[in-house]
Amino acid sequence: MASIKRPAVAHPSLARNAIGLIVRDYEGAMSTLCAGCGHDSVTAAIVRAFYELAIPPHMIAKLSGIGCSSKTPTYFVSGAHGFNSAHGRMPAIATGANAANRALTYIGISGDGDSLSIGLGQLCHAIRRNLNMLYVIENNGVYGLTKGQFSASTDLGSKSKRGEPNQQPPIDPVLLGLSLGASFIARSFSGDKTQLVPILKAALRHKGFALVDVISPCVTFNDHVGSTKSYLHTRKHRLEVVQADFVPKEREIAAEYAPGTTTTVTMHDGSVVRFTKVAEDFDPTDRRAVQAYVQSSQEKGEIPTGLLFLDESPGDMHDTSGTVDAPLSALPFEQLCPGGAALERFQNAYR
Amino acid sequence: MLQPAKVKRTNDFAFKLANVNGTGSASANGLIMQAIFRMGIPVSGKNLFPSNIQGLPTWYEVRVNQDGYTARTPDFDLMVAMNAETYAADVREVVSGGYILYDSTWPLDKSLERDDVTFLGVPLAKMCTEVFAESRERILMKNIVYVGVLVALLSIDMDVVVKILDEKFKGKAALRESNHKAIKLGYDYAVDNFQCPLPLHLSKLAELKDSILIDGNTATALGCLYAGATVAAWYPITPATSVMDAFKQLCAKFRRDAETGKNLYCIVQAEDELAAIGMVIGASWNGARSFTSTAGPGISLMGELIGLAYYAEIPVVLVDVQRTGPSTGMPTRTQQGDILACAYASHGDTKHILLFPSNPAECFHFAVKSFDLAERFQTPVFMLTDLDIGMNDWVVPRLEWDDTYKPDRGPVLTHVELEKMEKFFRYSPENDDGVAARTLPGVHAKGAFFTRGSGHNKLGGYTEIPDEYQEVMDRLARKHKKAAKAVPPPVIRLQEGATIGLVSLGGCDGAMREAVDVLRSEGIVVDYMRICAFPFDDSVDAFINAHSKNFVVEQNRDAQLRNLLITETSVSKDRLDSILVYGGFPLSSRHVVTGVKKKLEA
Repeated sequence: MASIKRPAVAHPSLARNAIGLIVRDYEGAMSTLCAGCGHDSVTAAIVRAFYELAIPPHMIAKLSGIGCSSKTPTYFVSGAHGFNSAHGRMPAIATGANAANRALTYIGISGDGDSLSIGLGQLCHAIRRNLNMLYVIENNGVYGLTKGQFSASTDLGSKSKRGEPNQQPPIDPVLLGLSLGASFIARSFSGDKTQLVPILKAALRHKGFALVDVISPCVTFNDHVGSTKSYLHTRKHRLEVVQADFVPKEREIAAEYAPGTTTTVTMHDGSVVRFTKVAEDFDPTDRRAVQAYVQSSQEKGEIPTGLLFLDESPGDMHDTSGTVDAPLSALPFEQLCPGGAALERFQNAYR
Repeated sequence: MLQPAKVKRTNDFAFKLANVNGTGSASANGLIMQAIFRMGIPVSGKNLFPSNIQGLPTWYEVRVNQDGYTARTPDFDLMVAMNAETYAADVREVVSGGYILYDSTWPLDKSLERDDVTFLGVPLAKMCTEVFAESRERILMKNIVYVGVLVALLSIDMDVVVKILDEKFKGKAALRESNHKAIKLGYDYAVDNFQCPLPLHLSKLAELKDSILIDGNTATALGCLYAGATVAAWYPITPATSVMDAFKQLCAKFRRDAETGKNLYCIVQAEDELAAIGMVIGASWNGARSFTSTAGPGISLMGELIGLAYYAEIPVVLVDVQRTGPSTGMPTRTQQGDILACAYASHGDTKHILLFPSNPAECFHFAVKSFDLAERFQTPVFMLTDLDIGMNDWVVPRLEWDDTYKPDRGPVLTHVELEKMEKFFRYSPENDDGVAARTLPGVHAKGAFFTRGSGHNKLGGYTEIPDEYQEVMDRLARKHKKAAKAVPPPVIRLQEGATIGLVSLGGCDGAMREAVDVLRSEGIVVDYMRICAFPFDDSVDAFINAHSKNFVVEQNRDAQLRNLLITETSVSKDRLDSILVYGGFPLSSRHVVTGVKKKLEA
């Protein structure tokens, strides 16, 4: 996201990534969201993550549904292929796109309305297929674009701007992902770029469905006293249970283990995620333990954050369906059409 | 008119088998069909089955006609009454002078007897109990025993039957033996107890070498395979499920990478139809040929994203195997009730390309055509078949494939073309079809753009400006009009001296062609136009305008084709009258003949 118009020519002293691009090459159009919107910070972190991973922009497919969050793909990597689809339907579009071309890097941006209400079914099934994509939920607990209705992630008792308390229990994407078998689950806060950028990078390199729930406060409709998705509330109750450091395979993985490091997970491409525990007895590779931890922590009113769970072992959708390595969309017609002689023979079974 | 069944009638009669579903009758009835087909006699089989797995009544209707009239007929010369539950109704349904074959293990209820038909009792259950040990085998073989009886009564070629059984149970000696035993059991009983063959029977003709016996759903799947579809997404629904079952089997056979053994396709069983169409859109956006198969309820659910594909101009192929609506309706009965729902699917101004194949052979060819049209015009294309075409076996000419076929991918910019371009805009400039070139993700940095279902201008940018919005919408309308010249034209049959026009579509064709001949034999000469696609070509207007009276025959209550003709052609609605048959069974020529005569008398 660019918050100001930039000069047309880049200064030669600007840092370049491994493919010679500068940060600006990963930015998008000017944001049209409200000043101070959490989503803009998420966008900035996404720009950073793509830049640092040096992914060619045109090899990125950025998809979204409908809502404030779903507008944000416009604000990053303008050289990527974008698809702003329909409300709650982004996971299906991403599934088909990925089925056709597995060579692209997929990022889907969604919100709590888009993902946890109208698109809940599609989110669940994309998780079950372990679709290889980064799925970001910009979670603000409110319908912003339609001006302030409660969403399915609004906490019990959290108050609307008019002071009414929410009376329905929330759907928590982290617990949802854990129970559905998601292979990469993180929660972060739009106000913490230091935590968010490495998570996004690891998520982009993860082979499978990477669910990243980002608490991203809505300054206009849900940042008041009594809201549990406000900046103030999130800052106060957020608990970083684990720090994840993403070490790309290109970097020397010398033995620079920081004290307190307990777990490292090697990704499919050889990159490493190094976890540093903050909370004791937290193991980001033990699904059941993470589930219990997150649940009890939330019962205490805490918001546990970090790369909470990672499992690199399950295959993605293409592995389970046995698809060829080449993108299906690139296969020549001659390889796909069995031809006249085969049709002639085949029909002998229909005599 | 049909002659009484007592009179000798060779290769021209119909019979019906009343069974209980889940008892294995389907394979026995299929065996009869296949044997008659191999004897070179045109035949059709209509499976009237319940929306149920086991225990409810199911019927199978077979019509043989050496002149090739094989549309459904409601007149049955012979009933094989194997279901006690429906016995009374089944007995009533046989034409006067006809025959009823029943299981005489139990005495016949006297109140059901008719003196104008001949009852042929065969103690099927008793015979099976004596010969077969296992209870499931007794149930299954009872069906094969009645096949044996029919072989004798109708003079079905025994050698052909035995050969089919041998092919079917190749490597399964025990099953083959049971089947042989059962066939012989029935055959011998019939020969010993009845005068065989009956006056209505079969006589072998020259082999139908250039024909096959195939259902429309399998043929559709073959078409998708040959068109080069690599991604398919679907949600199970009767009567479309077997499209994807067949596609899966075909891909397993023809789409394995020789080197790695991996799949050159990806079939996703979606969580619902909303997702299925989304996946197809995603895959097509990325440049794969992709399709979904569904029925009416699925079309309703897909509506939202069909509009997205229309407005964002993403090629999509949808196969709608129509069943009886509205709502759940009658899932195992046929209808042509989705014409309007597909023509204008989705909210806002949308208009789509529809193809109406009339039999499995056209399902194959139109399926291929659907992909070409979808990519050429960058828009959804609906191929509307129905349960009768999709799930019943039809005798059709052998499918032929032109090896020089090249898929029409429509305007798609290559890496080289993009390299030379200064700047790419998604919706400009347009070609003669009103279509602008698209790019595929990942091909070139200059090809990147933002696909959106929200308001956009001709450059692909977001807009809320009236003129910019309208400019794009007007081009979409133009594009749809242009497609009229690219879709399959109507099939027109003119007769000297005709003043009346008959208009129909899709699966009505068999009954329509027969009706045209029957009407002629009764002194009513008509022209016949079968519409194969929407948008309508000018020849459709011309045909209708050439007749002061046109009867539009279709299988729905609300005259959907007629309404579409009124809205989308220049013809006056006074020229169009309707004959509507929509109870759920395939159309019969009798419906058309009596319908036309009634209208003319009125």
